[in-house]
Amino acid sequence: MLKFTEEHEWLKVEDGVATVGITEHAAGQLGDLVFVELPEAGATFAKGDSAATVESVKAASDVYCPLDGEIIEVNQAIVDDPSLVNSDPQGAAWFFKLKLADPRSADGLLDEAAYKELVG
Amino acid sequence: MEPMSRLNHTPLHALHLSLGARMVPFAGYEMPVQYPEGVLKEHLHTRSAAGLFDVSHMGQVIIRPKSGRVADAALALERLVPVDVLGLAEGRQRYGLFTNPEGGILDDLMIANRGDHLFLVVNAACKEADFAHLKDGLGDSCDVTLLDDRALVALQGPRAEAVLCELWADVASMRFMDVAEADLHDVTCIISRSGYTGEDGFEISIPATSAVDVTQRLLEHPDVLAIGLGARDSLRLEAGLCLYGNDIDTGTTPVEAALEWAIQKSRRAGGERAGGFPGADRILAELAGGTRRRRVGLKPEGRAPVRGGAKLFADANGAVPVGSVTSGGFGPSVDCPIAMGYVDAAHAENGTQIFAEVRGKYLPVTVSALPFVKQTYKR
Repeated sequence: MLKFTEEHEWLKVEDGVATVGITEHAAGQLGDLVFVELPEAGATFAKGDSAATVESVKAASDVYCPLDGEIIEVNQAIVDDPSLVNSDPQGAAWFFKLKLADPRSADGLLDEAAYKELVG
Repeated sequence: MEPMSRLNHTPLHALHLSLGARMVPFAGYEMPVQYPEGVLKEHLHTRSAAGLFDVSHMGQVIIRPKSGRVADAALALERLVPVDVLGLAEGRQRYGLFTNPEGGILDDLMIANRGDHLFLVVNAACKEADFAHLKDGLGDSCDVTLLDDRALVALQGPRAEAVLCELWADVASMRFMDVAEADLHDVTCIISRSGYTGEDGFEISIPATSAVDVTQRLLEHPDVLAIGLGARDSLRLEAGLCLYGNDIDTGTTPVEAALEWAIQKSRRAGGERAGGFPGADRILAELAGGTRRRRVGLKPEGRAPVRGGAKLFADANGAVPVGSVTSGGFGPSVDCPIAMGYVDAAHAENGTQIFAEVRGKYLPVTVSALPFVKQTYKR
């Protein structure tokens, strides 16, 4: 089951590892992306830290780390082709895999229904 | 951010909403930043076919000489701009700058000779100040009117001429910077062959009451797509054109901004009407002796865009500052990041490698010739 943050990231948690991306709503709001900068595997972040950057023709935006944890893998495919984030944001265009400091910390995030309510 | 409810609307506001535009506050107006196609497609469509822009927020000003002789208006306006206005032939238009006593730029504008009056187009954010400046600076010789009953649309791109020809065949005989009056669907419009995208194209001033009708008919053409402010910005950046408030302002002079081409020989030292505009001492001295810093084009080497505000350095560790970026982003037609900014004269030569600070890193950028795309004006 997918979890969501109020900052428009989605997470799929399996065995204490969260696959993280930005939501379809966020990708739509950002417009055509032309550049993605990802963290390095091994980096650790606290919840709310800026972990990645996405840039459209017009502007740069931060992607925040949704929970405390360590980056164990990043998705080079979206660096090579940032438009993938626009075409398949909640599928092939995941950003990074995060080994959660506390495997149960995702429980407090929004579920799909609550997120949908948030973005209307 | 200004509340949307207090913002002005152009005569085309409802049309933008019906086209699905995303509206944003801009210079006191609620304006379309993009349509459902998105900035990238809108930009590329303008370069390959024709884009239609609502620029009705800009100020349209008429300067009418009380004597009836347009030369009197031209000479009066020359007291405010370092531009040859007297030599501007009837039916011709020219780019100009309002300067202040320190040589800084108050606004940039277009000046057209319309036979018995001058017709000016100024920036939206400056139009009230420009109007007061004109009233003040022209004295009693002219009547100055800020038109609030006209829309302005720009049709830009390689198909613009063919599209407009279907409404008015004579448009094909116009050259770059010609200005003419014509009836489009029985509405009398003022058309100039100009724009701010680097493409061939036209700006069309339309009475507000007919603006929706004329614009809608232009949009019905299969080659024409409505284009928002987002793509307008990336198009003008690729074309190396300054955005007032970003790349030029009261703290930059025309020579620093590499706009000396807008100062004709007649207004320079030794010319028939040399000087006589605000800041002439400084600007004429800079024309002769150069400036400490210059506006240049910048090409970042990687894929990361370098935005306005980024600091520039001579070295890769940020020890020697040499300037800053004033406009930067991604150029969809050139498929790479591009930027403009000011650098110390020693680093202003094309090919010089400098470094831009982006999120704590120092990325290599190369000083590059402007524009980034080939201009296609019909000269």
